[in-house]
Amino acid sequence: MRFGIAVFPGTWSDRDCARAVEVAGQESVHLWHRDRDLRGADCVILPGGFSYGDHLRAGAVARFAPLMESVMEFAARGGLVWGICNGFQILCEAHLLPGALTRNASLEFRCEMSWLRVETAATPFTSGCEAGDILAIPVSHGEGRYVADPGTLDRLDAEDRVAFRYVAPDGSPVGDASPNGSLRDIAGIVSEGRNVLGMMPHPERAAEALLGSADGLRLFRGVVEAVDRSGSFTQARPHR
Amino acid sequence: MPDVMAISDARLAEVALTREEYELAVNELDRSPTEVELGVIGAMWSEHCGYKTSRPLLARLPTTGERVLQGPGENAGAVDIGAGMACVFKIESHNHPSAIEPYQGAATGVGGILRDVFTMGARPVALLDSLRFGPFEEAEQRRLLEGVVAGVGGYGNCIGVPTVGGELYFDPSYRGNCLVNAMCVGIIERSRLTRSAAAGPGNVVLLVGADTGRDGIHGATFASVELNEASSERRPAVQVGNPFLEKCLMEACVSLAGDPRIVAMQDLGAAGLTSSSAELAHRGGCGIELDVARVSRRERGMTPYEVMLSESQERMLLVVRPEDADQVRAEFDRWDLHSDVVGRITDTGRMVVRDDGATVCDLPLSLLVDEVPLRHPPARRPAGLDAALAADPLADSPPWDAGETLLRLLRSPNIGSRRPIFRRYDHQVGDDTVLPPGADAALLRVRGIGGGIALSTDGNARHGALDPRLGAALAVCEAARNVVAVGAAPIALTNCLNFGNPEKPEVFWQLAEAVEGIREACLALGIPVVSGNVSLYNDTAGESIAPTTVIGMVGLLDDLGRRTQPGFVRDGDAVLLLGRVGMDLGGSEYQRLTAEVNAGPRPALDLDLERRVQVAALEAIRDGLVSSCHDLSEGGLGVALAESCILGGRGVRVARRFLAVGRPIVRMAILFGESPSRFLLSAPPDRVGALREVAARHRVELRDLGVTGGDRLVVEGLADLGLDEVTRAHASALLPPA
Repeated sequence: MRFGIAVFPGTWSDRDCARAVEVAGQESVHLWHRDRDLRGADCVILPGGFSYGDHLRAGAVARFAPLMESVMEFAARGGLVWGICNGFQILCEAHLLPGALTRNASLEFRCEMSWLRVETAATPFTSGCEAGDILAIPVSHGEGRYVADPGTLDRLDAEDRVAFRYVAPDGSPVGDASPNGSLRDIAGIVSEGRNVLGMMPHPERAAEALLGSADGLRLFRGVVEAVDRSGSFTQARPHR
Repeated sequence: MPDVMAISDARLAEVALTREEYELAVNELDRSPTEVELGVIGAMWSEHCGYKTSRPLLARLPTTGERVLQGPGENAGAVDIGAGMACVFKIESHNHPSAIEPYQGAATGVGGILRDVFTMGARPVALLDSLRFGPFEEAEQRRLLEGVVAGVGGYGNCIGVPTVGGELYFDPSYRGNCLVNAMCVGIIERSRLTRSAAAGPGNVVLLVGADTGRDGIHGATFASVELNEASSERRPAVQVGNPFLEKCLMEACVSLAGDPRIVAMQDLGAAGLTSSSAELAHRGGCGIELDVARVSRRERGMTPYEVMLSESQERMLLVVRPEDADQVRAEFDRWDLHSDVVGRITDTGRMVVRDDGATVCDLPLSLLVDEVPLRHPPARRPAGLDAALAADPLADSPPWDAGETLLRLLRSPNIGSRRPIFRRYDHQVGDDTVLPPGADAALLRVRGIGGGIALSTDGNARHGALDPRLGAALAVCEAARNVVAVGAAPIALTNCLNFGNPEKPEVFWQLAEAVEGIREACLALGIPVVSGNVSLYNDTAGESIAPTTVIGMVGLLDDLGRRTQPGFVRDGDAVLLLGRVGMDLGGSEYQRLTAEVNAGPRPALDLDLERRVQVAALEAIRDGLVSSCHDLSEGGLGVALAESCILGGRGVRVARRFLAVGRPIVRMAILFGESPSRFLLSAPPDRVGALREVAARHRVELRDLGVTGGDRLVVEGLADLGLDEVTRAHASALLPPA
């Protein structure tokens, strides 16, 4: 299958994502922010970085990029869209996912290992995992505190849309060790259609044991297997 | 003959020229310089650009070696790391700006050193820092630390280059003049290395990137005078960084590396357009003509003088053939980067600046670069140094409780955990960080060579203050040991010399001694110096900082599978000391804690022993004989044992026989002395025999200390501490005092 990796000015996880895709034995193409062509991607990754310098707010400018029009249409047709770090911020700004990402509770940037409990295996991204699995995947962000109103949070829980929560390495609640103070320890959520995932931690940095963890590779492999099982997730383009 | 007295002292001070130097310029030109020319001469003859004090000394450094592709003289040094790849690196200071405005000072320091590396075409793959402040206990010093750390992280995290290592010390001598040194390392195919020598009269000069504003005017001269109470008014001399813009500039420049359309590339750093254009043209033996009217400005009403001396960040000069200019500009357009054709290369050997037709500067480049009036200030060994060296303040002091002392050392801001700092730096982006901060050296995979590079920055001001030559040599040795400790062979270094006002004979003596120390250690260990930076005038209110030599070392590891790290890895391993036992408490952290002085006797350094210890350690690691390897530095053996326990999550028991010697103070000296030339190793018991053979072959001592395991750090008869207590003490060092 083919991953499309978006590149906005200021994106810096594009090469790391391409590397992880390579480790997973798949093909990737870069998608330039000014283009509208998704180049036949089965899954579009919005990678980490500081798109457009995070001017205004993280992700606030990127949502208006020409590329994002195509990504939004792709998502509406059921296409797989995976926002990582800055990509999660962009997805929230674009209203493909509810809620927002605010400054870490510590008010400091945090780059360290985090432990994620898989809350649901019922998404294409986590289909290679089981609910309750614990993945060691690093975070690296200054604005990763997930917030939403209580109604939205309740709905995410009720609809089984929380993909990951931060936990302690042994699976117990993360408490004060949370990297960012996210509400309900949320590290990643999916859209109503379950085809759009936003997560703050960097699975592409956990694709090789040499670099500390290979747990992130399970998510890349999950996507590959899901696409292999179901073919492309997209519906036919609506006739205009 | 023009009247040299017509210029005011105040004007000369503004451009940091002495009246003698001004007179020299007037005589060479046979006329008074114009306003713009005066600014250009002042900048080019400043210590920062012209190295007028340090140049004769730096010529003493060994700069050649079979791996050296580019030594000092370019934007950064470059070494061959095999498989057609080159490693490009340099360290640079941004001390004065950081003392005035810590966030922007540190951020633009990082931005500047990044540009030095990607100007050579190399993709930056790592940043390291080396920071010095006054006592951590003082709120003002913590404010500076906070600003600097936020600035380093703010720039590095945003641009997406990992900050993989660094060091941090506190000493009263840095109270009014903190030190912020940043090192950048890049990787590139050798064939694509880009140089900064202009060529081809008629070729076009492009200025790319940020628009030019009034920020940073006189930054280079500001760096070449002492700080004083009025310095905070120099805030306009501090530049403001834009890492997002630099990210775009970096991607564009890296993509153009090795492109035949690029004749030369040169970043704008200190003294902005002035020094970059002069160096570009002079390196290529050409001349250059610029028209400041064609430079895009950030603000209205800027004079040619201001345009030439602005230190606005994120700018780059390129030389291209006229027929390629549009295509090259299109490459920058792709990244939304503005470019202006601001001039052309000539064959006149002169730097001519016009402002829409009117000539405002016309100077021979040789005057600006070759004829920098060198200063040879008198050198004098500081009075009182001999007394300090002869003193032994601990000779009669009652020894402290060893366990309590170890905890105090681990809680010392100079020794304890740096995690509160490095977790604020993205140290992983790029997906090549094999050993993150916390080990002796950072280790990065280099794709395409099958191995990796190890990186470390080191320097110890306390030994340098006692003996600058020794201190500099020790910095080279320690930096080399740190890369050896992870299994890499040291191949080249970059240095940053941070000193006070060299017009003081004592400071010039320190500088000269330090350069000799680097030279001696480099020759003994066979490591060339390929780049470096000198930061002088680090004085506040007349007080100079302690002489501070910082070394940035690059090591090469052929096989990442043969790497090692400092944490104990399993219970039941033998724990050994490779190298001298050593008992040097002079200048140690123990001495600082107990006697609150910095005095003798200084550590003994045997450079041949140092070399043999390093070779033996490398051989043992490559033969797979050791489980862990850790350099002994601040806090000596005791702290090294504690760190190996903490990182490995397991205890250790050191046998009584190792320390059952001499007077109690001798036991303290063995535990906490800071002698060089040794490593703490752990090894499976069945490998110890082979390890002994390696040590014997290199005529290096190898002593049994004890065994790993359990959850306590035990030195039989002296200390018995729970691992959790040790870990807590270490983790608390940089938490703000309650």
